[in-house]
Amino acid sequence: MNHDFSLVGMLQRKSFLKFLLPAAIIVGWEIIAIVLDNPFILPRLESVLSVLINPTVDILGNGNLIDNAIISLERVVAGFIVATVLAIPLGIGMGRSDTVHEVFDSVMQLLRPIPPLAWVPLALAWFKIGLVSMVFIIGMGAFFPILLNTLDGVRGVKKTWVEAAAILGARERQILTHVILPGAAPTIWTGMRVGFGIAWMCVVAAEMMPGTNSGIGYLIMSSYNWGQVPVIIAGIIVIGLIGIVVDYLFKLVERSSFKWRELER
Amino acid sequence: MTLIIDHLSKQFAKNGQDTIDSLVDINVEIRDGEFICILGPSGCGKTTLLRIIAGLESPTTGKVLIDGTAIDRPNPKMGMIFQDYSLYPWRTVNENIAFGLELRGVGKDQRDEVAQNFLELAGLSGFGNSYPYELSGGMRQRVAVVRALAVDPTVLLMDEPFGALDAQTRNRLQHDLLEIWDKTKKTILFVTHSVDEAVFLADRIVVLTPRPGHVCETIVVDHPRPRDRTSVEFAKVRRYVLDLINQPQCTLQ
Repeated sequence: MNHDFSLVGMLQRKSFLKFLLPAAIIVGWEIIAIVLDNPFILPRLESVLSVLINPTVDILGNGNLIDNAIISLERVVAGFIVATVLAIPLGIGMGRSDTVHEVFDSVMQLLRPIPPLAWVPLALAWFKIGLVSMVFIIGMGAFFPILLNTLDGVRGVKKTWVEAAAILGARERQILTHVILPGAAPTIWTGMRVGFGIAWMCVVAAEMMPGTNSGIGYLIMSSYNWGQVPVIIAGIIVIGLIGIVVDYLFKLVERSSFKWRELER
Repeated sequence: MTLIIDHLSKQFAKNGQDTIDSLVDINVEIRDGEFICILGPSGCGKTTLLRIIAGLESPTTGKVLIDGTAIDRPNPKMGMIFQDYSLYPWRTVNENIAFGLELRGVGKDQRDEVAQNFLELAGLSGFGNSYPYELSGGMRQRVAVVRALAVDPTVLLMDEPFGALDAQTRNRLQHDLLEIWDKTKKTILFVTHSVDEAVFLADRIVVLTPRPGHVCETIVVDHPRPRDRTSVEFAKVRRYVLDLINQPQCTLQ
């Protein structure tokens, strides 16, 4: 039994636990790679690392890791912005007006469970291969978390906040900008964070569509065709890292700007 | 200023067809600068009455007139204070106080000045840049009171404003409210279910019956302020009110 409950002791134990599994995975990976001795199934750690520590080196004429990651990010940002611009106003409308809610709800409920990737063939048929298709698929992925959280956030705005504003002389538009939006902002932001995560997953998948010739998803797919397993794994790690960083940035804003939601009793 | 509640009734729809009476034929005439307490048990419709006066709800029949004009929507002559304070947690105390002025397009400098003055009136100097979640319940309600006052309403409507506070804080705020009332000369309509609170605060107590609420009696309390809660006169009024609310005419409709 460990009876060390001091802060330092707890911290040490916690950080120790945090690194336990990654270390085990790396060691296990290396052991299996040595035993298998087949780089087309599981390459040695060092070959993956050599791809990761040289992110500006061209890979098989497909461009380097960083450039491809940036291309993917640009696509996801484009799709994410389109989704945000559509989902937030619709969510506010549905949250504020029963009529708007009635009109849109059934269609939204029907579309919501469809996996974004199910739209791939339709996207290709409608928009051909290219940015528009990707934006469409990414947008589909990001749209619903943003919509549902906006709706939730708007509905969660305290009735008395709105009433107090109305009595203080707020017009309908001012109630929206001064009460509904700031009051729902933390929940909307959560929706955007979740939406961006899904969008990021979608872009990688969208880039695996036939005919694509750039982006981190394409790089992985193309490396598979060339038997470059180290690049596949390096690409997957980059995808994960970017996901973590973006999520962290969203959380950073959440903590600094929407502190009040946590502290409000 | 005169505020007249004229043959006001309110019914609510209950599962579609049936309606239930919430308020029946309320008639009250309120004079300028008066402190009125509306006293009644939970569910008697006293909050509904206040919300109708605020223009947040409309009466089924009858009307509320301020200076001869019927109220049918939120009116800038009214200021409302809610039991849950209803401060905006993303705004600082100063920004909360100046909110009404901001909505009216008053410039930042002037807003800051007004906020500062009302902050002092609330006894919260130095807390202007704090956020509501950094304040105690009593302090929050003080902010809510001056937020309503900052746009200079004629009537203050207070919906069980001290109901969520502990007894000590509550007594303190009652005392301070009377001081603010004295300084600002507002007309106050104060909803409460506490007999003690009503006797301590009011010029007149409007006693409502349980649902459906109607006025069973209006009691004039003309003891000078500050009132001593432990005095014999205070106890007399208190006993009278307590007896009254157990009388048949105040328990049955």
